Amino acid sequence: MKYRPIIGLEVHVELKTESKMFCRCSADYFGKKPNTYTCPVCLGLPGALPVPNKKAIDWCVMIALALNCKILNNSKFDRKNYFYPDLPKGYQISQYDEPFGIEGNIKLQTENKTIRIRRVHMEEDTGKLIHAEVDNKKVSLIDFNRSGVPLVEIVTEPDFENAAQVVEYLQKLQQIVRYLNVSNADMEKGDMRLEPNISLRSNTTNTTNATNTTNIPIEDLPKYKVEVKNINSFRFVAKAIETEIVRQTEILDRGEVPAQETRGWDEKKNTTVSQRSKEEAHDYRYFPEPDIPPVILTGDQILNIKKQIPELPDEKQKRFEEEYSLTGYDAEILIRERSIADYFEEAVKVGSKHNVTGKQIANYIINKKPDIESTVPAELVELVLATTQTTETSSSELKSAIEQTFLENPKAVEDYKTGKTQVLGFLIGKVRSLLSPYSSTSGIKEAIDEAIK
Amino acid sequence: MNNINQLSIKQSLQGIKDGHFSSYDLTKACLNQIEKFNPEINAFIIVNKKALDEAQDADDNRSAGEKLPLLGIPIVLKDIFMTKGLRTTAASNVLKDYIPQYDATVVKKLKDAGAIILGKTNLDAWAHGSSGENSDFGPTKNPWNTDYVPGGSSSGSASSVALNMAIAATGTDTGGSIRLPASFTNTVGLKPTYGLVSRYGIIAMASSLDSIGHFTKTVEDSAIFLNVTAGHDPMDTTTTQEKIPNYLDEINDGVKGLKIGVPNEYINGLSPEISKNFEAVKKQLSELGAEIQEISLPHTQYGIACYYIIQTSEVSSNLARYDGIRYGNDRTHFGDEAVRRIILGTFTLSSGYYEAYYKKAMRVRTLVREDFEKAFEKIDAIITPVSPTPPWKFGEKADDPLAMYLSDALTVTTNIAGIPGLAVPSGFIGDLPTGFQILGPQFSEKLLFQIGNAFEKSQERRVLGG
Repeated sequence: MKYRPIIGLEVHVELKTESKMFCRCSADYFGKKPNTYTCPVCLGLPGALPVPNKKAIDWCVMIALALNCKILNNSKFDRKNYFYPDLPKGYQISQYDEPFGIEGNIKLQTENKTIRIRRVHMEEDTGKLIHAEVDNKKVSLIDFNRSGVPLVEIVTEPDFENAAQVVEYLQKLQQIVRYLNVSNADMEKGDMRLEPNISLRSNTTNTTNATNTTNIPIEDLPKYKVEVKNINSFRFVAKAIETEIVRQTEILDRGEVPAQETRGWDEKKNTTVSQRSKEEAHDYRYFPEPDIPPVILTGDQILNIKKQIPELPDEKQKRFEEEYSLTGYDAEILIRERSIADYFEEAVKVGSKHNVTGKQIANYIINKKPDIESTVPAELVELVLATTQTTETSSSELKSAIEQTFLENPKAVEDYKTGKTQVLGFLIGKVRSLLSPYSSTSGIKEAIDEAIK
Repeated sequence: MNNINQLSIKQSLQGIKDGHFSSYDLTKACLNQIEKFNPEINAFIIVNKKALDEAQDADDNRSAGEKLPLLGIPIVLKDIFMTKGLRTTAASNVLKDYIPQYDATVVKKLKDAGAIILGKTNLDAWAHGSSGENSDFGPTKNPWNTDYVPGGSSSGSASSVALNMAIAATGTDTGGSIRLPASFTNTVGLKPTYGLVSRYGIIAMASSLDSIGHFTKTVEDSAIFLNVTAGHDPMDTTTTQEKIPNYLDEINDGVKGLKIGVPNEYINGLSPEISKNFEAVKKQLSELGAEIQEISLPHTQYGIACYYIIQTSEVSSNLARYDGIRYGNDRTHFGDEAVRRIILGTFTLSSGYYEAYYKKAMRVRTLVREDFEKAFEKIDAIITPVSPTPPWKFGEKADDPLAMYLSDALTVTTNIAGIPGLAVPSGFIGDLPTGFQILGPQFSEKLLFQIGNAFEKSQERRVLGG
């Protein structure tokens, strides 16, 4: 390839705290009647002041710790000033130069790649604009229920080289925040929002790093960067990146440099479209939020948050592989969701009393996909046992049961031989009554067919 | 009893308790005064029509045994304090018709203490100004001589207390907006320590400088008022968690043995009349037993520059919400001074200028604060004049923003350092009053009251009749 893609990612994760970031309004806004979850603070009324949500700060620090970040002992909030109708104060309370977490990473499994995380910071969500038609007039409506809901922004270094790495990173990140139980990270509900930035670097510009899979030093990064917004699924993020790589390659091939700009993903056109150029870029005029004193996190406080972090997907996968002799593939499937991993381990506990191995349980969960809500672990173990017995009965036991059935029901056997297949169910039932109720129907059917031949 | 509206909080409470008059009588006397003089003075933007009913309720509650620190005392609020259901304008056309949905914490505390809200007072729009001339509702006049400004930005609060249209008034002081008008109107003005009184529900001017204080007729009243308003507010995270003392304790302990500093930097460039008046203050305190010392606060000269960067930066951000989308009128309704500050502040925060202006100003802020800290290692309190000049005539500085800004030269450093300042009347220059300020370490309000009270008791109080 002539060019090497340089991709960075900004991800916003909405926390599922009970209350909003700076007021006591409920943060559980999704699907609620517009503008019912509001107060002077999140509406930006005159005189209102923000009071930070301690739980949200703890959770942000927890995310940062789970992403292997350093936590700053002295942190603060800043104002990011810009005008937009969904931003009632005319500024967003965010963090500028002293975020809670810096210098973390996520390790990908493919290619053993490490994605460096530049920062993890806390901010507030905006209201939501709804473009509608009221009395035959096109209008823009604002719903402030979302205004002030806590958001954690996770920014990577430009370490991705392709869309597949980005998707794997996102899956991992989604898993981690779900494991921490701090966000539903549901893309469709907007709990997780993605903004990749993409540029291409000529593979010939630098000889020392060009073919290296390690990360590229800042001075060697391209002079432009294209940010893509409005992406609401992992599939579209991959498509958007691939589209951009093609588009930018064409521009570079013509000997031109792609414009520094913000583009939007157009789901209908299946492409990216220009939204804002460099000239129109905002000057956010950041300055320290005077309404909130600096946040001091002591070593003890950080340690305390660290203690609340459960076993994370990577560690869990490794432990499953070792403890239950699972393949990496199987372990990875089991740990995707914490609820399934926990269910698996509970079932293993029950299973150990019945000589059922972790491997057997894993196989059953992966292949049969039982509903873990309705099947308690003990039931699952019985099901696994049943499958196991089916295979065991298929030999001599099954044979003698068939013989006895044939002897006791000659008419039915005769009918079946002459093609009256409707009696088969009757025969299978008779055979099964002599065996374990778990015996497999198909196994009995095969054996009957075999005996009749 | 005649002219009961001329009484202090303490005297009013006593008079009501002794049955000489009721809260209704007192409120009526103030309303009569407002009716008589407000057309000329223009101290009010809104008069509360329910005030008399509320006074009647207060009397009923008192008869029923209710005991509250300000029960039945008619006060006024600078029209920048949110009052639920009562129009709040910030004296700007932007909020001309704005009716708040909630009460500011201080308003709630005052109501809970039994105070009667007579109305909302005039100010320089958004509290931007030192003369009261920037109001979109017309300037407030100085009741001592109506050709002169009453000082700003809490112009209406100062004038209403001076002219006995109210027993006390709230104000805000970001760079001198309580102390300057207090000294121009012969009233006592307190700018408390930053973080002592909640800012919740008060339209923000410059959030890191805004202090919520009040005007009273006596120093003792100022302590009574602060006893109600001070303390932690869960809605304002910048308020102190410390336990609040009773500010009346030790108020009569005098100044004997106290070391009071006079900073050199504050007495150069004073008008001769102010200089003379201030000399008399020093002499008086000395005679009362205080030890007056010369001190130096070397970074004073950078105060105004530092203040006008930090303040305008924060103003530019704080006024961004007044876009006319959700409430209020659109941005074309901002007056010249607000526009000036928005532009200045937007500039100083802009990328490429932030380091040179805002960041540097914050460093100066630290130096100014350290000046005071060092000084307070050797002395108990500081006294300085409030204004380098006596009150000026209307229009004199209105076209010269810089001259107007410089009138705050002696007051802004207090806000920059976040320390308390108490402005106390110190006599008259011709027919116009003047005052001095007592500054102390953070949360030293008790000491300031002690000094102010001793000085005040040694003076004869001049009361505006009418």
